[in-house]
Amino acid sequence: MAKYWQQDIETASRDQIAAWQNERLVKTVQHVYQNVPYYREQMKKKGVLPGDIRSIEDLKKLPFTYKSDLRDTYPYGLFAVPMEEVVCLHASSGTTGKQVVAGYTAHDLEIWGDICARQLVAVGADKSDRVHVSYGYGLFTGGFGLHRGAERLGATAIPVSSGNTARQLTILQDFGSTVLCCTPSYAMYIAESLEEQGVPLSKISLKAGIFGAEPWTEEMRKRLEEKLGIKAYDIYGLTEIMGPGVAYECEAQKGMHVNEDHFIVEVIDPDTGEVLPDDTEGEIVFSCITKEAFPLLRYRTRDIGVITRKPCSCGRTFARMSKPRGRTDDMLIIRGVNVFPSQIETVLIREGHSPNYQIVVDRVNNLDTLEVRVEVTAEIFSDTVTNLTASEKKLSESLKSLLGVHAKVTFCAPGSIERSTGKAVRVIDKRKI
Amino acid sequence: MTISQLSVFVENKQGSMSRIAEVLAEANIDIRALTIADTTDFGILRLIVRNTEEAKKVLQENNIVVSINQVIGIEVPDKVGGLARVLRILDDALVNIEYMYDFLSIREEKAYIIIRVENNQKTVDLLQKNGIRCIGNEDIVF
Repeated sequence: MAKYWQQDIETASRDQIAAWQNERLVKTVQHVYQNVPYYREQMKKKGVLPGDIRSIEDLKKLPFTYKSDLRDTYPYGLFAVPMEEVVCLHASSGTTGKQVVAGYTAHDLEIWGDICARQLVAVGADKSDRVHVSYGYGLFTGGFGLHRGAERLGATAIPVSSGNTARQLTILQDFGSTVLCCTPSYAMYIAESLEEQGVPLSKISLKAGIFGAEPWTEEMRKRLEEKLGIKAYDIYGLTEIMGPGVAYECEAQKGMHVNEDHFIVEVIDPDTGEVLPDDTEGEIVFSCITKEAFPLLRYRTRDIGVITRKPCSCGRTFARMSKPRGRTDDMLIIRGVNVFPSQIETVLIREGHSPNYQIVVDRVNNLDTLEVRVEVTAEIFSDTVTNLTASEKKLSESLKSLLGVHAKVTFCAPGSIERSTGKAVRVIDKRKI
Repeated sequence: MTISQLSVFVENKQGSMSRIAEVLAEANIDIRALTIADTTDFGILRLIVRNTEEAKKVLQENNIVVSINQVIGIEVPDKVGGLARVLRILDDALVNIEYMYDFLSIREEKAYIIIRVENNQKTVDLLQKNGIRCIGNEDIVF
């Protein structure tokens, strides 16, 4: 069984990786300068011309790209190719209800397939495997990313998508799925549902799980491995850069290898923007160096983590990133979906509710729950339970349609949402992760 | 002829009710009838008080959400079958009752109930046509 999908690349010397990065960065900077007016303006403002970028040493001269830049150029303003060449779009939620839209050329999709195939091979998969993809299919990148990887590898992709746990269990058993791809919390839910239904491990053929899109712990990894009789691996990605597969975990299970032939990773001080040395905690920043349609440069992920370039026992030479240890902004990840408190606030105000609210996130039976507590106003209040619960339900539906996740709405008394030093405590996250 | 009712939002939390009662007591407001509807998250306290506007004002001043709406007060004979007869009339006329509660007695031999329906005027007319007396705030003896 092959250990690598692209051995010559995944185990290349650090000098070779640097050479690729130098050449591809220079090319990408020229590409965006010529084709993306917004980037041209940003570079001019900073006094940088494409000629100033001759190697990765010059990367720090480039301006950062923020999520707000994506909002300002919504939907296609940062695309670097004409729409004729864009063969696919994906999207994820933005801070103000505007989606982040990612475009891909046919070549971009090939690369995406390759990096997801690298992940699958790294967990021991080959052509004979049946890859059960329980990430959502749709605008969310999770489902299609791993699906493309499985097809690229020549394995059998099973596009189950998310939800309908009873069907998931049937397919796991009847189709003989060998690799499960989903969020770690959903994997736990599947594991517990199997237990509840008394399905013994001998009835399922799983050997590995690729779990990502939300934070999880080593303890959760151990429990998932025991309950499902598998090895559980972490995967990292974000729509802005590609989707799942930007970084992938190997057999060593000690951090995720960043696909450095396609992305340059930096760790910076989130306050000063200064680049930090390896093995130091800071904000993770990515630059795309092979993408054609939507190549972001120095994108501020807001994820806090550590990068190391110490050798890995698996033989791969790519840098490794730790699991994200937190965020520099207030983004929440709920059941794999990005949620910003400002999105919730927008809905509340639009529907005539009080702007005094609190978000309570918890994990019940291993599934994330989202509750929005809103102070009731005289305008919304009614003497009948029917009217008041109908208002809760209506708000809950509006939140669901904007956020893409269910939110339970609870009305509470004015002044009951605690305010610390005059500022409301917006988010209470009770999840132990 | 309808009655002004005060509705108060009550959080499902220890001490919520006593706080409301204390605010009303301090303002010297007499409660004549009350009921509470509860869900898992909150309750709605409905009150008939002496001075509804005054009560609303003091509650609002204490950051309590409150509203006033009109309900129907019905006088029924205080004997077996008294209530059943009234409800039969409403039922036959397809009037839905959102909620209902009773009242401290005002006169001997009489019982009083409060009902909340969709259309007050139509319902009051229907009851009066059937010889049933509906009362207003001024009929309430404090």
